[in-house]
Amino acid sequence: MNSNTNIKTNTLRPRLRATGLVLPLLAFIAITFIAPLAMMLVHSVYDPTVANALPETLNLLREWDGKSAPDEAVYATAARELLKARQDRSLGRVATRVNRVHPGLRSVFTRSARNLQNVREGPYREVMIGLNSAWGDIQTWYAIRSAGDRFTSRHYLNALDLQPLPDGSIARQPPERRIYLALLWRTFIVSLSITAICLLLGYPIAHLIAHSPPRIANLLLILVLVPFWTSLLVRTTSWIVLLQTQGVINDLLVTIGLIGDDGRLAMIYNMTGTLVAMTHVLLPFMILPLYSIMRAIPPTQMSAAASLGANSFQAFWRVYWPQTLPGVGAGSLLVFILAIGYYITPALVGGSTGQLISNMIAYHMQTSLNWSLAGALGGILLVCVIALYLLYDRIVGIDRMRLG
Amino acid sequence: MPSKDNAYVEFENVCKSYDGRTLIVQNVNFSVRKGEFLTLLGPSGSGKTTCLMMLAGFETPTSGDIRIDGRSVHALPPRKRGIGMVFQNYALFPHMTVGGNLAFPLEVRGFDREQCRERVARALDLVRLSGLEDRRPNQLSGGQQQRVAIARALVFEPDLVLMDEPLGALDRRLREEMQYEIRRIHQSLGVTMVYVTHDQQEAMVMSNRIAVLRRGDIEQIAEPEALYEEPERSFVARFIGENNRLQGRVTKVNGDICEVETGGQIIQALRIAPCQVGDATTLSIRPERVAIEPEPGLYTNELEAKVEDITFLGDHLRFRLNVCESLEFIAKIPNTVGHGAVLKGDKIRIGWTPTDCRVLDPDDEEDTT
Ligand SMILES: Nc1ncnc2c1ncn2[C@@H]1O[C@H](COP(=O)(O)OP(=O)(O)OP(=O)(O)O)[C@@H](O)[C@H]1O
Ligand SMILES: [Mg+2]
Repeated sequence: MNSNTNIKTNTLRPRLRATGLVLPLLAFIAITFIAPLAMMLVHSVYDPTVANALPETLNLLREWDGKSAPDEAVYATAARELLKARQDRSLGRVATRVNRVHPGLRSVFTRSARNLQNVREGPYREVMIGLNSAWGDIQTWYAIRSAGDRFTSRHYLNALDLQPLPDGSIARQPPERRIYLALLWRTFIVSLSITAICLLLGYPIAHLIAHSPPRIANLLLILVLVPFWTSLLVRTTSWIVLLQTQGVINDLLVTIGLIGDDGRLAMIYNMTGTLVAMTHVLLPFMILPLYSIMRAIPPTQMSAAASLGANSFQAFWRVYWPQTLPGVGAGSLLVFILAIGYYITPALVGGSTGQLISNMIAYHMQTSLNWSLAGALGGILLVCVIALYLLYDRIVGIDRMRLG
Repeated sequence: MPSKDNAYVEFENVCKSYDGRTLIVQNVNFSVRKGEFLTLLGPSGSGKTTCLMMLAGFETPTSGDIRIDGRSVHALPPRKRGIGMVFQNYALFPHMTVGGNLAFPLEVRGFDREQCRERVARALDLVRLSGLEDRRPNQLSGGQQQRVAIARALVFEPDLVLMDEPLGALDRRLREEMQYEIRRIHQSLGVTMVYVTHDQQEAMVMSNRIAVLRRGDIEQIAEPEALYEEPERSFVARFIGENNRLQGRVTKVNGDICEVETGGQIIQALRIAPCQVGDATTLSIRPERVAIEPEPGLYTNELEAKVEDITFLGDHLRFRLNVCESLEFIAKIPNTVGHGAVLKGDKIRIGWTPTDCRVLDPDDEEDTT
């Protein structure tokens, strides 16, 4: 017993010291990675803007029967709280938030609030309906009530092209507003295609590198890695130079007469551009894990297979390929996960038909400022990736994955 | 020497160069009888593996011809040669079970399930590993992996089996056990075996005949006893077992016997190398053929020697002697009655018969084991 406690105290100090050494890194990751991630995910389900600005209106609306326009008390409270919101400059955000539930309400809010400044006394019901007939519409009040929920699944539903109806049921968005599912699906298909192309191109290259004499292998490996040392922008724009309508490849095809000058191929600013450029960018992530696996397979394995009577196909398919599966899995998983969240390349060369879900997330982050929806879209991506990872773990076993 | 007509494997003037400049294998000729166990023995880099790889079909000879069962195999790819091969690092397929490894050569030959199972079971039985079908190679000990590799090379019943230093990675005890096992399997199946090793002990224990290679050249090919008792080259004398070597010069040739001057002494010895008077030569004599304090006049060669050191080795004693200006002359004497008499530093007489002492080519001592 005694010696046991001694051993414990002896190992405690080094362990504390070791923990101390990784603490800065942990803090760094927590601040720059986990915190923003968590924040975005919170954003996607939690939004107190309206609830904070119009608390009493919402309280009254909770007792509202929802069949006809609410009574005077609701109008009076709403008018008071709208004015207050205008004063502390939160009205814009409230209006935007409500507008997302019911498009067209932003101007109703801002204009009515401005006009309400000059209104001294009620009945507010008539006054407000006089200011804007929308106040007489029960949909407006539904929208306010719904936007007043602090926690909402609306953004996730939105991200899946669904919408909550006032009666609490869920319906699909009208056809002209269904974009995200198709985009999500396209992102999946594109990512899968890129993974497949990378595997097809990368497997022979990795094999060549792994079984070349060291000097040549080093050279080839450097060629594979050169893209890593070049700026992503430079790489992507060089594809523009190559692929554009007046670009090198089209010029070449026209010169050798394969296509007419009027039949130049559109190879960029569309899906082709996205596929080509992203495959180029992601290829090393396929080659490196494959290479590291293949290098560990001794060449005598293939000799052994041949001496046992296997032809080259049998030797490859039954001896070589199964042993490279951990590399194939690792490379594919890596490329797929990177592709599914890739942003800059599609943004630069994808045109309008080559955009992926990440471009939509960026749009909501930067342009429409709908961070909640951006968070929801990101959340869905995250769930997909985690699901994929778990699937991989179930089928191949994550501990068999070798990245390099 | 086997006559040409019962030779199963034949190497004829085989040369091999990887870079087109240096010959790794130079003009090798040998043949293996059906059912024979031939060992290629030689120091590292002597071209043993290269010879084996040419026979298996993984390397092509630069010139010369290799025949199996009378047919030139030059154009035959490895998989069509029907040779069972055991690689130095076993080359078991790590993603298959033991059973899968053994079934592989049968499956690619189109055997059906039932036949596969039966033959795999028989092969495992042969190497005494029954019941381990479902293990993976990495769940086996080194010796067990070795047995699996052997079983895999035998399971499709090839007529010729090649093994490249298959026991190199095993510890001594296991190695001896496996030597015995391989010999037993060879005898019970009657396959022709070409075996590569750099361990002369192993070669002696296992082989019907041994081909000693040095720098891509066969120095001597003979039965183990003959190789030990009657080395024809100084390299063989040095490589196989322990040998005393004295450098000298031929002073007189008299039929089979010639006189050689070494360290100021004249020694009579058996003429093996085709030497003439005046040629440099190496005398070779086994330590156990040296008699200490022999009856005067019993041996033709009698010399004075100083005892530098005596090592007691249980059943025999090793004397390190200063003879003919050599300080490393060894004599091995059985531990019989009355040997306590000689002490370190004593001056003694030693002797041997001329037929135990062989006149060989001069030794350039360049490569060692
Ligand atoms: N693929 C190759 N390319 C060039 N040179 C080679 C090649 N394989 C072997 N050599 C050279 O040929 C010589 C003989 O090699 P080999 O492998 O036959 O020797 P070995 O007798 O099997 O030696 P060890 O006992 O070390 O296995 C060596 O000098 C080696 O450097
Ligand atoms: Mg070798």
